[in-house]
Amino acid sequence: MNRTIVRLTAQGMLGGRRLWLLGALALLLVVIAVATRLLAPVSEADAAALLRAVAFSTFLPLFGLIVGTGAIAPEIDDGSIVHLLAKPVSRHTIVQSKLLVAVGAVVALAVVPTMLAAAVLGAGPRTVLAFGAGALAAGAVYSVLFLLLTIVTRHAVIIGLVYALIWESLVGSFVPGARNLSVQQWALSVTESIAPSGLVTADVGLGLAYGLIVGGFVAATWYAGSRLNALTLTSEE
Amino acid sequence: MSHADGSPTGVIHNIGYRGYDGERLTRRAITLGLYTHSLRGAFGLGRAARSKVVPIGMFVVLLLPAVVLAVVAVVGANMGQLDAPVVPYTRYAMIMQAALAIFVAVAAPQAVSLDLRFHSLPLYLARPLERVDYVRAKLAAMTTAVLILLAVPLVVLYLGSLAAGFDAGRESVDVAQALLGAVLFSAVLASLSVLIASFTSRRGFGIAAIVTVLALSYSIVSSLQGVVAFDADNSAAAGWIGLFSPMTLVDGVQVWAFGVTASTPAGPPSDLAGLVFLVVTLGVVALTYWALTRRYRKVKV
Repeated sequence: MNRTIVRLTAQGMLGGRRLWLLGALALLLVVIAVATRLLAPVSEADAAALLRAVAFSTFLPLFGLIVGTGAIAPEIDDGSIVHLLAKPVSRHTIVQSKLLVAVGAVVALAVVPTMLAAAVLGAGPRTVLAFGAGALAAGAVYSVLFLLLTIVTRHAVIIGLVYALIWESLVGSFVPGARNLSVQQWALSVTESIAPSGLVTADVGLGLAYGLIVGGFVAATWYAGSRLNALTLTSEE
Repeated sequence: MSHADGSPTGVIHNIGYRGYDGERLTRRAITLGLYTHSLRGAFGLGRAARSKVVPIGMFVVLLLPAVVLAVVAVVGANMGQLDAPVVPYTRYAMIMQAALAIFVAVAAPQAVSLDLRFHSLPLYLARPLERVDYVRAKLAAMTTAVLILLAVPLVVLYLGSLAAGFDAGRESVDVAQALLGAVLFSAVLASLSVLIASFTSRRGFGIAAIVTVLALSYSIVSSLQGVVAFDADNSAAAGWIGLFSPMTLVDGVQVWAFGVTASTPAGPPSDLAGLVFLVVTLGVVALTYWALTRRYRKVKV
């Protein structure tokens, strides 16, 4: 970790208007929970279904996409990354520092609101904790995956969207095998293991899910660092 | 060096440039040129091969299910199993909305954000082109692009139904309704996405913002509708919630105007509600046009 890089990345990602936009997005999740509570009597199963549909299948992937690419994409875009790369700092340290900011943003602006929303919807403490753990797993893996994608290709946002919207929801609902390669299902498996039984169902075994989350996170962090070693700057078409 | 007769003699540098005094293109012709250029750009035509990947890919993603459904219709009708299309035309846009969202999210920043980033607007405005013409051309181009994307699969579905020998009169009415719906879908999607894209010069940020608005609002609205309609058993309230996401808004208009089944748990609960959905739809388009003209009044030249 490098404190200066952490500070600069946080400034770039959350500085000025962006913090308000991301904060509004986080607040939206809580507002939805309050609105649902006011409009309908919500059982714990409903709360779980709602959180799954809104937080896990849309909010977390999009949030991970925004912070994961936002941690490094602007610098690669305008070429100022060369100033950072020219410093005597290991590329792995750069990636880890940027990732720390991204995961920090996910915790503050996605995991906490998800837990708040669960609490507002009347879920028990164990369910709230379960959704928090699942959201953390999903958010962290999405952040590192999209950070890696940004280093690998200039079209990271588009590829990330196709993955989050088409692979995970559309293909995953038709082809069961695709769910093994879905971050959302891994996270749901974590949630399932903590939540009261029968509340959430996941299609990936718990051991496999934990292995994939931890292994994927570590491997992607390392690979992002080594890809940053070989980064070439190309101009926009 | 000998001078041609009649040329001014006192001039030191005359390298023979001549002014242009022929006919010049009008404001309308330039707007039309900008429109066709933007429309081609939305599909990546006239741009590098890698810019064609997403638009053409989404076009194929949207077209493929229609082809499969058309074949299913023909085969099913021959086996005597089907006498109507498997998927109603009006529901096609709702089912394929993820691909639609990605298409507009990529095309709209391509159309306007890059002009902001590379400051090309002054070059356009150096011609007899007004700021409002720029807005109109871009909006019209995006609307046309989305409409093409939606209408082609609908026509394929329709041809499949005709080939299957379904009731031609009924199918023609149904597909005409769906095409009208597609016009509304494309107008709403195009104007919202162009408006969002016009606020950022960063392409990636525009793409993320547009998809967040479209996908998150739909996911929130449809799951909220599910909870309210089934658990609170209040389908009227659930219907009104549909106002809050672009896709369910236009779907509500289709449900009210054409009497088709809603793609979400609940459509507009009454005729009055349907009218409100239509007014809000047109209002959204008008409001975004107004906001865009205001936005572009402020872009520096």
